Amino acid sequence: MKTISELRAAFLALTYTPTQAVEDSLKIIAKKNGELNAFLDVYDDAKEAAAVATSLYAKGGDLPPLLGIPVAIKHNIMNKGKRVTAASKILENYTATYDATIIRRLRDAGAIFVGATNMDEFAMGSSTENSAFGVTKNPLDITRVPGGSSGGSAAAVAMGAVPVAIGTDTGGSIRQPASYCGLVGYKPTYGAVSRYGLIAMGSSLDQAGPMTNTVADAELVHNVMAGLDSFDATTIAPDTYPVLSEKTTYTFGVPRDFMKKGVDPDVLQTFEKHIELLRAQGHIVVDIDLPLFEKGLAAYYIVMPAEVSSNLARYDGIRYGYSAEGENLLEVYQKSRAQGFGAEVKRRILLGTHVLSSGYYDAYYGKAELVRRKMRSELKDVFKTIDIILTPTAPTPAFKIGEQKDLLSMYSQDVFTVPVNLTGVPAITFPMGTVNREGIDLPVGVQYIAPLGGDARLFSIGKKIYDERL
Amino acid sequence: MKREDVAHLATLARIELSEAELTRLEEELSSIVSYVSAITDIAGDEADTAPQLGARFNVFRADEVTNQADEYTEDLLAELPQREGRYMKVKKILGGE
Repeated sequence: MKTISELRAAFLALTYTPTQAVEDSLKIIAKKNGELNAFLDVYDDAKEAAAVATSLYAKGGDLPPLLGIPVAIKHNIMNKGKRVTAASKILENYTATYDATIIRRLRDAGAIFVGATNMDEFAMGSSTENSAFGVTKNPLDITRVPGGSSGGSAAAVAMGAVPVAIGTDTGGSIRQPASYCGLVGYKPTYGAVSRYGLIAMGSSLDQAGPMTNTVADAELVHNVMAGLDSFDATTIAPDTYPVLSEKTTYTFGVPRDFMKKGVDPDVLQTFEKHIELLRAQGHIVVDIDLPLFEKGLAAYYIVMPAEVSSNLARYDGIRYGYSAEGENLLEVYQKSRAQGFGAEVKRRILLGTHVLSSGYYDAYYGKAELVRRKMRSELKDVFKTIDIILTPTAPTPAFKIGEQKDLLSMYSQDVFTVPVNLTGVPAITFPMGTVNREGIDLPVGVQYIAPLGGDARLFSIGKKIYDERL
Repeated sequence: MKREDVAHLATLARIELSEAELTRLEEELSSIVSYVSAITDIAGDEADTAPQLGARFNVFRADEVTNQADEYTEDLLAELPQREGRYMKVKKILGGE
């Protein structure tokens, strides 16, 4: 069973139990994970939680919405008593001392955590090739990457082990792997979901969200995780942004100029077909101008490394994590960080140190924040005339492991997704079709972007356009 | 960006770099910095570059102790790379001479 709603119905009908679901989930992991490397840890105590859930279904009554549902979580989310590494050598033996708010909420809703998934180190990457614990392979074609940084979470769902995995998205890390693995991926409005207990990467950009097989499942899991949290002062209230009315038909805007360069022709063709589908269903699709969005990737590679260099200063080999021998305190810092961090993490810390350093701060960080501000007002204007922005999720289908050697071409994977994080708006991706590579049909995703607080609109239109056609 | 610039950044960031890493990073960081410079020509007055407040700001919670004494102490101490009882052991801060 691939969806939460199917599992829930079977649990309630007592034709299938959480114990069976978790056993089946663990069987699939045991069978496939050796090859795919989607999971870094599998939790044996899942069976005990499943037994409790099974007895609750047998008793009946008012049962929480995710009771008995097997869930996988990314390796950068605090889960008390469990190893949480961010796929970095520097946290290889770190055990979480508290629960993230989203973990607490999922557990309260009855979810059962069956394991934690591989990722690019500290969520920095678009392929999971930056994991300190080996690449994850795409279950649809094992010569290809699953995308990243939440590549292990995407593979966990795509391999059939779980109906939902939790990822985090700083510049596209939920949406791009969802696109590569044929899934629904959701990046909420900034502040909709608490960041308490996520290993921080870019604090003004990070959000956690679900990766699922249907939009309805993504909505259900998002709603469980979302809401004000006294442990995260950036979480928003239901009335922080104006409530958007639901419509029967929407006006979609396509930033054509933005898609002229670097998008695979087959992806573009699939995208055009999606536009035809929307028109056939009575929606209006128009071209829009978002000139500043083209600067998004450049602004992102200033803001994100700046926040990375600050957030990762805490890994110093003193209080927790990997610690190297040194003659004095400074050497302990320098050697622990040299030996504990991988190449991409070092690169971004140094880049962030550069853009924040005296004499460069205004030229880089100040300008990047200015671009963000201008992008937000550009968006506000565009959303006066349209309801939803439409782009491909990623410019290509899943690429081959080891294929992307050039840094900037790897970074350009996120060209359509980073403007969403920079401006804080919500976005959903789901499959819009496939493109054929070497005889294999590889899925490609479409991205819908709504105004701030427009989460419900994305779920509502997503269910109509995707779920109803499954 | 020159090699000595990268070495200086590494000192600021407290990361020891090998000669090979310095060589590679000199090239890589230069190419990224030249790419991100695409935004430095965007016009705006100084007030525009001030950091922005989020949707909610000045959010406070009561300054109250929310945990029991010693509730987390042992878990946190267990993470220390080097400890002695309830103390964290660190290397000397000043050099030998």
